[in-house]
Amino acid sequence: MSIRHQTKANKEGQGEKPHLDFFLFLPHLLDLFSLLHSTMGLWSVRSRLAHHLGQKMAYLGALQRRSWPLVSFLQLWNPRPSELVGGLSSNPINRCSDRRFASIKAETSAAAMDDRCRYQVMDFPGGKVMFIPEMRFLAESPGERISCYRVLDDDGQTISGSSFQEVSKEIALKMYSDMVTLQIMDTIFYEAQRQGRISFYLTSIGEEAINVASAAALTINDIVFPQYREPGVLLWRGFTLQEFANQCFGNKSDYGKGRQMPIHYGSNRLNYFTVSSPIATQIPHAVGAAYSLKMDKKHACAVTYFGDGGTSEGDFHAALNFAAVMEVPIIFFCRNNGWAISTPTTEQFRSDGAVIRGQAYGLRSIRVDGNDALAVYSAVHAAREMAIRESRPILVEALTYRVGHHSTSDDSTKYRPVDEIEHWRTARDPVSRYRKWIERNGWLCDDAESELRSNVRKELLHAIQVAEKMEKPPLAELFTDVYDQVPSNLHEQERLLRETIKQHNGDYPPEVPV
Amino acid sequence: MALRGLGRRISIGKRCFSSASEVEKRPRDGKQINLFSAINQALHIALETDSRAYVFGEDVGFGGVFRCTTGLADRFGRNRVFNTPLCEQGIAGFAIGLAAMGNRAIAEIQFADYIYPAFDQIVNEAAKFRYRSGNQFNCGGLTIRSPYGAVGHGGHYHSQSPEAFFCHVPGLKWLYRLAVEEVPERDYMLPLSQAEVIRQGSDITLVGWGAQLSVLERACDEAAKDGISCELIDLRTLIPWDKETVEASVRKTGRLLVSHEAPVTGGFGAEISASIAERCFLRLEAPVARICGLDTPFPLVYEPFYMPTKNKVLDAIKATVNY
Repeated sequence: MSIRHQTKANKEGQGEKPHLDFFLFLPHLLDLFSLLHSTMGLWSVRSRLAHHLGQKMAYLGALQRRSWPLVSFLQLWNPRPSELVGGLSSNPINRCSDRRFASIKAETSAAAMDDRCRYQVMDFPGGKVMFIPEMRFLAESPGERISCYRVLDDDGQTISGSSFQEVSKEIALKMYSDMVTLQIMDTIFYEAQRQGRISFYLTSIGEEAINVASAAALTINDIVFPQYREPGVLLWRGFTLQEFANQCFGNKSDYGKGRQMPIHYGSNRLNYFTVSSPIATQIPHAVGAAYSLKMDKKHACAVTYFGDGGTSEGDFHAALNFAAVMEVPIIFFCRNNGWAISTPTTEQFRSDGAVIRGQAYGLRSIRVDGNDALAVYSAVHAAREMAIRESRPILVEALTYRVGHHSTSDDSTKYRPVDEIEHWRTARDPVSRYRKWIERNGWLCDDAESELRSNVRKELLHAIQVAEKMEKPPLAELFTDVYDQVPSNLHEQERLLRETIKQHNGDYPPEVPV
Repeated sequence: MALRGLGRRISIGKRCFSSASEVEKRPRDGKQINLFSAINQALHIALETDSRAYVFGEDVGFGGVFRCTTGLADRFGRNRVFNTPLCEQGIAGFAIGLAAMGNRAIAEIQFADYIYPAFDQIVNEAAKFRYRSGNQFNCGGLTIRSPYGAVGHGGHYHSQSPEAFFCHVPGLKWLYRLAVEEVPERDYMLPLSQAEVIRQGSDITLVGWGAQLSVLERACDEAAKDGISCELIDLRTLIPWDKETVEASVRKTGRLLVSHEAPVTGGFGAEISASIAERCFLRLEAPVARICGLDTPFPLVYEPFYMPTKNKVLDAIKATVNY
């Protein structure tokens, strides 16, 4: 509609009386002043001048209504295509000179100038903005949901025409092995909690592909800031089953020194920052870390994971905005698994998931099938490359489903249908889908599969036994690491506590050596 | 307008933050300068001596609303001294991540009144970063700077003293500096967590920090005219705070008065009062006096009534001495 109006005005070659030329050019002369200053302040001065002139000369009332572009003198004569309105090839000067050669009354010429100038471009802080006279609200949703990248169909068959990052047999098999290990680890630790052997656990069932495939696409130098449902990333990097068990039992070999609940793993050796329970707090940390990597000129990026629920936290928005402004190499990985404890995504946001928000903050983003290991691998691989090469943030939203309960403190059958859970556990299982692809490549046979599962089970049960028998960290570790040195008030409190323990030994758990 | 400031270190990192070879008790070679000038000088030195030091926050690029960061961006570049978007939780979270990678992150919160959006990051993340990771990770290189306190016309949101909220959080350090002080122009180190007796006395101990010290000093001067000898202690660090110095002083004088601008109920004066009462109960000649702000939001036209003024302090000194 808008283009049509402009073209029509131009084609008719409407012109004005010659004496109008001076007044037409007056704003352009005034534009010369804009060469000397380039601030909005002067723009308002200039428009006041034009306004003042307009008051003086009634038939230049058109000047008051119209908005002249703040273009430099050079641009008047040599406009760049991007600055031209509506894709027309004529610049304001030409349009005005067209008008010189026709005879038209001032009123209609003013209307024609109006038409031609209705799509003028104006400078505002942040860049040029095109004006439109129609009042248009941007729709609350783009109409079509953002498409989701996938490589393997539900049957583990590569979709014809799909593009993906090739993966060596060795990596592919390690990915499968780690996904299976993660599944078994989750099952057994969950049971251990049910038996009262550990106090708490949460599983990553259904998100094995997200965990392992994303980790496989990163390098050990990429710094990971997890939420809490990403132990598979640690597993990929080399955290042993024993190390997992030690943390869950909080024994003296736990790197966290028994201070946090189970599943709050951390490993500085593996560049995996310690898990903390608050949601989304890690996301801005990752941005700061990415800035450090950029300043130190490392060939690495930061990666942070969070769920659909986490995207509602202020820290998420703060972090994406900071990352875009500071141009840091970071991957924001959203595990959209449909649930934040009992809150489905329909009660979490009204946007098209998380991916659509990336653009709002100035981030390149992609939506990927989180249950497709190859798609996740390829997307993260590409995202990492872009993040590092262009020093920019990338948002990856992986669509998946949280098959397990939120944690051992939750029974999700209370808020969602059992058959929905079962459907995702079986028909949409990312591990079996990926297995089919590996089998088709001839890389896996049934024997290897069952041997793997049996070995993992054995190793894990042994690790749990060892971890369970081991004593807890000594009492002194209650007071260390609050600061780098123990301050006097804590020395005092330790002294008093030890006296109390002597008096009331039976009040205290014997597993913690005093 | 005297500028007040507080700097807060989350924990002292093992890394030396100064080229000064040893920690000094009280440097002798000083000249008197404003706090914002001192901060500016310190930041210049910090950025000069540590190539991995960064200064950032809202409007720090042009020099900051209190001119604390003047000249830094020009000298060290916009990669090391830069503006952040308007988001305190983002500033704090970003700063934690930067510090966790071993950098010296010096974040500015424009007014202490605006620190609350960063509260979760500070309390749940920064304060616990080392402890929860079993010392695998730490953000000891993090400092958050923020101007606090009454300015005469600040009202609710440009006058607050939020220390009480944070002093309740193990893992943080909360520090103050005097508004006007003699400081050396060179690089030097002061011990943290050590209070300083800035005036010796025998009849009563006064404890304060930051800008309130100048009020207490004037009260001491006037009390001296009435023959009351006041010992004045600058607490300097609120957590962990130097109980030993305060206790030693109260053992000498037998009387304690604590003064701060923050509201009296739940203020840090309550912590000092309770601790000293525990330690010095039999020595105390009078109850511990607290001369503090009122339990209201910080008012505008009523500021003179709200504030713990010299005369309120003086009256309390006399009442305590005559108890």
